[in-house]
Amino acid sequence: MPITPEEDRRLREIAKELRMTVIDVMAWAGGAHVGGSLSCLDILVALYFKYLKLNPADPEWEERDRFILSKGHAAASYIPVLSKRGFFPHDELRSFNHFGSPFAMHPDCNKIVGCDVSAGSLGHGLPIAFGLGAGFRFQGRNNKVVCLMGDGECCEGSIWEAAMSIAHYKTTNVIPIVDRNMLMIDGTTEQEIGLEPFAEKWRAFGFQPLEIDGHSFPAICHALDIAWAAKDRPVVIIAKTVKGKGVDFMENRLEYHYASGDSTMCEKAKASIEAMYREG
Amino acid sequence: MAVTGTNWTCYDSSTMTSREIYGRTLAELAREDNRIVAVTGDLEKSTALNKFGEVFPERIINVGIAEQNLFGTAAGLAKSGLIPFASTFAIFACLRAGEQIRTDIAYQNLPVKVIATHAGLSFGHAGTTHHCTEDFAVMRAIPNMTVICPADGVETSMAIRACMDINGPVYMRIGRGFEPPCYEDENHPFEIGRANVMRGGTDITVITCGIGVLQSLNAAATLEEEGISVRVVNMHTLKPLDREAVIAAAKDTGRILTVEEHNVIGGLGDAVACVLAEEGLSVKFRKHGMQDVFSAIGYAEDLYAHYGLDANGIAEQIRLMMGVISGIDDNWEDE
Repeated sequence: MPITPEEDRRLREIAKELRMTVIDVMAWAGGAHVGGSLSCLDILVALYFKYLKLNPADPEWEERDRFILSKGHAAASYIPVLSKRGFFPHDELRSFNHFGSPFAMHPDCNKIVGCDVSAGSLGHGLPIAFGLGAGFRFQGRNNKVVCLMGDGECCEGSIWEAAMSIAHYKTTNVIPIVDRNMLMIDGTTEQEIGLEPFAEKWRAFGFQPLEIDGHSFPAICHALDIAWAAKDRPVVIIAKTVKGKGVDFMENRLEYHYASGDSTMCEKAKASIEAMYREG
Repeated sequence: MAVTGTNWTCYDSSTMTSREIYGRTLAELAREDNRIVAVTGDLEKSTALNKFGEVFPERIINVGIAEQNLFGTAAGLAKSGLIPFASTFAIFACLRAGEQIRTDIAYQNLPVKVIATHAGLSFGHAGTTHHCTEDFAVMRAIPNMTVICPADGVETSMAIRACMDINGPVYMRIGRGFEPPCYEDENHPFEIGRANVMRGGTDITVITCGIGVLQSLNAAATLEEEGISVRVVNMHTLKPLDREAVIAAAKDTGRILTVEEHNVIGGLGDAVACVLAEEGLSVKFRKHGMQDVFSAIGYAEDLYAHYGLDANGIAEQIRLMMGVISGIDDNWEDE
């Protein structure tokens, strides 16, 4: 069922606030993977504020769905999302990257309340997601497992090893999502090491690929509805996104893969975010 | 088939390989504990997990030839509340998927039991690509990891049981399982982190594990006839190491020979040497194993003979250390 305009507005408001927080985190942390954090933020918002079954008052609740940020460098948006969802206070984000902080460039489930799996070494998430999904199925449990990967990360062979397993064992409780922002560190994916025909690769591996606009909540939610209902054939969501989305001078720019910013730059970034949401 | 002890043991060490015993023991354990699942990568038969799969076809996952995925999957299974036993050849576990074992399993302190088969030189004729004489070094250096190397099938069975009590990851290395048994039955203690003194002796102690245990016992029997009294310590757990057993050996016998089917860098010998140094114990000491070389190709028993890891080779090392024959510096005490 398509989401209502009110739902769309609610999710957009949350996303706007979190985009501002990503900029704050970049300043507090002394630098962040801001580009890839902003590209996947709307997907994270849809998952955490509409789809994932969670209980922030009981973070270890057995019936919760699991989320794996396989592109662990997007911690600058993922960790604020957990905070906004109620797992820990917003003010704690100020410690980001500093000695003794639970929060760093890559999320650590040993330290972060609400984080299911440590991530950062690319290519690790999907095998773990498959294991979780297979484990839940062994036990007759209905938990879903969502794994968010970067497109550049899909150069890692282990992603495709896991894709074969998910398709073979039909663990449709595992939902892979790729943040297809087209950029890696050294260049575009297609310049560096071509991924296309990307959807066809997933299709050939046994998945139903859904290519969507990764910044449109109606599109994201429609795809997640299909993925949530999948029975016989696993779904992969290929979310076409813009690296640095929301900050005009960061969008599609390699130099904002990782960046730090002074107060002037942060103000400029926030003004740009404000403008994007004002213009709809 | 012999069935001895409690109902979880089910083996006949004279007709079954340690791998088969592993698979059978796991199946027995799994009857009592429904958290046990098994994962492998196209080596169900080779790792003998098919013995488990025959009994619990719904509790085994074969991910194909994909070791990174194998250990990532094991981490995920553990995260869902299960206790996965993940098996492949030792070399693929410790190096091909070393980062998955380190980051996905050990860092999150997950109860994944890595049962690595075909370790050391045991798959000799497969060639050096399939040998593994580096795994102790790699696995010992990973925090949270318990490292075990049982002496034979009987001890493998006991170790499989014992590692269920470890609330974290375990790396257990076994061979192909064609090595002759060392224990006749399981009427001996097995406690992770506590070495077993297999034979008393006063002149020298051999501290060893895996295939070295039986070979050292055979060497000790030969040397007894020559008037050399050899203590043999089965250090089945490399981490945490039984420091007391090392200290006792140093104080009681003054000479220690370590024997391992592994590079002498980073393995059992280094672990023992570290205890001696930290305790300030001066003994005549020698590390016997692969002397930082890649192994040759040949049937396992020929390789053991070539590298002196059989009873003859170990006896020779002991004679050298005892000064019965020359070849090493006899004046070590003056330096």
